Amino acid sequence: MCPEAQCDASGEFLLISVPDKQWHDLARMLKEELHFDYLTALVGVDWKEELGVMYYLTNTETQEMIHVKVATTDREQPRLHSVSDLWAVANYQEREVFDFYGIEFINHPDMRRFFLRNDWVGYPLRKDYDDDPAKNPLRLEDEENEDNTYRLVEDEQGNVTRIDGKVFGDEEYVVNVGPQHPSTHGVMRYRASIEGELVKKVDVVSGYIHRGIEKMCESLTYPQTLLYTERMDYMSAHINRHCLCLCIEKAMGLEVPHRAELIRMMMDELMRLSSHLLSYGCLTMDQGATTAFFYGFRERELIYDIFDKTCGARMSMSYLTIGGVKTDVHPDFIKDVRHACDVITKNLKEYHKLFTGNIIARNRMVGVGILGKDDAINYAITGPSGRASGHHCDVRKCHPYSLYNEVEFDEVMYETGDSMDRYMVRMKEMEESIKILRQCCDMLEQEGIEGEYIAKVPKLIKLPAGHWYQQVEGSRGAFGVYLESDGDPKPFQKPYRLHFQSPCFNLVGIVDLTCKDNLIADLITITASIDYVIPDIDR
Amino acid sequence: MFDFSVVTTWFNDLLTVSAGMPQWLATTIECVIVGALLLLGYTVLAMFYIMYERWVCAWFQCRRGPLRVGPWGSLQIFADVIKMLIKEVVDLWKTDNFLHKLAPYFVLIASVVVFACLPWGKGLQAIDFNIGVFFMTAVSSLGVVGILLAGWSSNSKYTLIGAMRSGAQMISYELSIGIAMLTIVCLAGTMSVTGLVEAQQNGWFIFTGHIPAIIAFIIYIIAATAETNRGPFDLPEAEHELTAGYHTEYSGIHFGFFYLAEYLNLFIVSGIASLLFLGGWMPLHVAGWDGFNAVMDYIPSTVWFLGKAILVSFIIIWFKWSFPRVRIDQMLALEWRYLMPIGLFNLVLMAIIVSMGWHFAG
Repeated sequence: MCPEAQCDASGEFLLISVPDKQWHDLARMLKEELHFDYLTALVGVDWKEELGVMYYLTNTETQEMIHVKVATTDREQPRLHSVSDLWAVANYQEREVFDFYGIEFINHPDMRRFFLRNDWVGYPLRKDYDDDPAKNPLRLEDEENEDNTYRLVEDEQGNVTRIDGKVFGDEEYVVNVGPQHPSTHGVMRYRASIEGELVKKVDVVSGYIHRGIEKMCESLTYPQTLLYTERMDYMSAHINRHCLCLCIEKAMGLEVPHRAELIRMMMDELMRLSSHLLSYGCLTMDQGATTAFFYGFRERELIYDIFDKTCGARMSMSYLTIGGVKTDVHPDFIKDVRHACDVITKNLKEYHKLFTGNIIARNRMVGVGILGKDDAINYAITGPSGRASGHHCDVRKCHPYSLYNEVEFDEVMYETGDSMDRYMVRMKEMEESIKILRQCCDMLEQEGIEGEYIAKVPKLIKLPAGHWYQQVEGSRGAFGVYLESDGDPKPFQKPYRLHFQSPCFNLVGIVDLTCKDNLIADLITITASIDYVIPDIDR
Repeated sequence: MFDFSVVTTWFNDLLTVSAGMPQWLATTIECVIVGALLLLGYTVLAMFYIMYERWVCAWFQCRRGPLRVGPWGSLQIFADVIKMLIKEVVDLWKTDNFLHKLAPYFVLIASVVVFACLPWGKGLQAIDFNIGVFFMTAVSSLGVVGILLAGWSSNSKYTLIGAMRSGAQMISYELSIGIAMLTIVCLAGTMSVTGLVEAQQNGWFIFTGHIPAIIAFIIYIIAATAETNRGPFDLPEAEHELTAGYHTEYSGIHFGFFYLAEYLNLFIVSGIASLLFLGGWMPLHVAGWDGFNAVMDYIPSTVWFLGKAILVSFIIIWFKWSFPRVRIDQMLALEWRYLMPIGLFNLVLMAIIVSMGWHFAG
């Protein structure tokens, strides 16, 4: 099929390198014949002599993973073929790559920058990027609403022509939601074309708090990069950090003590609980049930107290580290966790009584914003939102990491994929998390009060040349880390490329799909039920 | 029971007989004094209501509510009022400035006029005429004009959507309110406010009218919640959809007027509910239990009225802090498919019961 494709099975997953002109055919074959229907990650990389993209693909039936490398040597006008027609999630992902690497995607429907301003000069993640402040000064004037977009269309002879277009027509009534809006949960901005109360199209304008974490990480040592993981999805701070730790440990070949891994897993589950409590609160408040919001926050406080005691901070705990955790747990830890589990179990009933069974809440959520299973996979929607659509995507079950093999819990799955299901998955997942935590408490108790909580880690961390991909189950979906090292022998080695595959970035991709032909009020319900966190989108 | 008409008659006599004023002058002076007292009462009640809602809401939400300024935060409201008064009224570009500034007065005046018609106590009635409740519904509909104007003149998409929602909502739910009122008027046989209260001498309408009166009460409470734009029907100012709906662009005291009117409307609809269903200022009387009735009469009539109104308000506040917000289509469906047909049926039922004499004797 692709004679020029080269396969390399030496890494953790099978690597296929393919020239761009055969890439689309190969992609079609991989998706349709070999059932690699879930585009797990799409990572733009600058290998200096060539620019390209790494595609991580997953077969949702066998959970087998492969990755494909597609690159071009043309640095002046780099072009690759788009796969957004095969995997819908590639639409926004390719726009991000275009934004940072300047790679244009042929046949992409809407080639605009995703995060940066339209007047940004240069492509910041390229290795030859000129970061002279004179080129990109702090601009004091507003950014104009940019309605211009273009497509690159390839005809049968292979000639590529540029076709300009508009995002919204002149006759459309466009309402601006955000970036300062009570229910976008942060500085997110939608431009919604409406007809009366009906939403016709939603355009996502992102990047208001983009900090360039991936770019910054390239100038930090490995232990320093850990810091930024907690500032993406701050509601799964421990989990994100866990992921990067696992990835670096995998690259180093480091064995983590059992106790450390157990503590990490407990922290992950506590984080998930707190995140789902917040998401319950926000979802209810976005629908006007302000009281329910406070109930969610009341229970979250218990978890924050646990974090405070052991980690010394309530948010951005900085507790996990390469090789284990920074300190052993507080002597009260097990007692506090058990207490929190009991209280939350008891109060979950109250939540259901107050909100879940309410007729207004049911009318607002049942059948609203339906996302089918195929769409969920196509848009790479994972986490509670994916599972609500029947997408079997819990990384804890599919690609078990940490000690998730040693505990018993169920993957919560629903089928319809409406807002109600997304909400219910979270409520049920809290019960599962509590189940895991209780088992962990017993395991930790058996290990005794003190133990080995960190492995012997060299003072200077150096990784061999190569690339690794690690994913964990974040509170909002599969969180992935792509780490590439050039094996630099200098004492303070820095990652050559560090990419965070955040679940919320994919979640925001379905806003247009699910909100179309729904009411304005449903836009709020749907965005609340898919529950994204803005700093995770704008990394 | 103390009759306030003693005081008012005495004052009238003081002006006309003792001071020898002509009747027209005396009436003018009385009108001014009554107006001033009503405005004072309006403001004080609004302030009380703001605090009341904050305390009730805090109680529901496992919080303690305001507690820093004064004992139990009771002076908080004065701080809020002073802040509201001294804040700048922002002039907006590209808006119809005259209409923009006029709008809050429409809303405020509509609510003050209805406020003036409430039965405050025995003999304590600013004006009493034979179409009392009819007048109230007519005047209260004026408020929607102010809201539409506010939304339109702000020249913003959010306010316009808020105003349109509000228009659709208030016009729809006014029907149910009207029908619920008619049901009671049908039972009482009068539209006069005093007449209605007197007719509940031996039992409030909610008891004497039994089934249809209870249905009418439920319909009235739901429709009144919608009419006052309160949760779960707070779509016109749905914070999470439209930031603040029709009053997004208002600041300072102009915003304060909307805020004031909103709280007072809560009191007004509760006051009308107590007038129509719970006997207005009339104490709880049970026919035949003379001793009990005499004890009840010791409680002043104004306390009865305020107490009932505040109790009904509590129910409406309770709705707001428990329920999520309904969606626009569901809200309209609730009115046109359920409340109004049930209300109409209920009116017929009441007419049958009254004509057959199946209600309890009033």
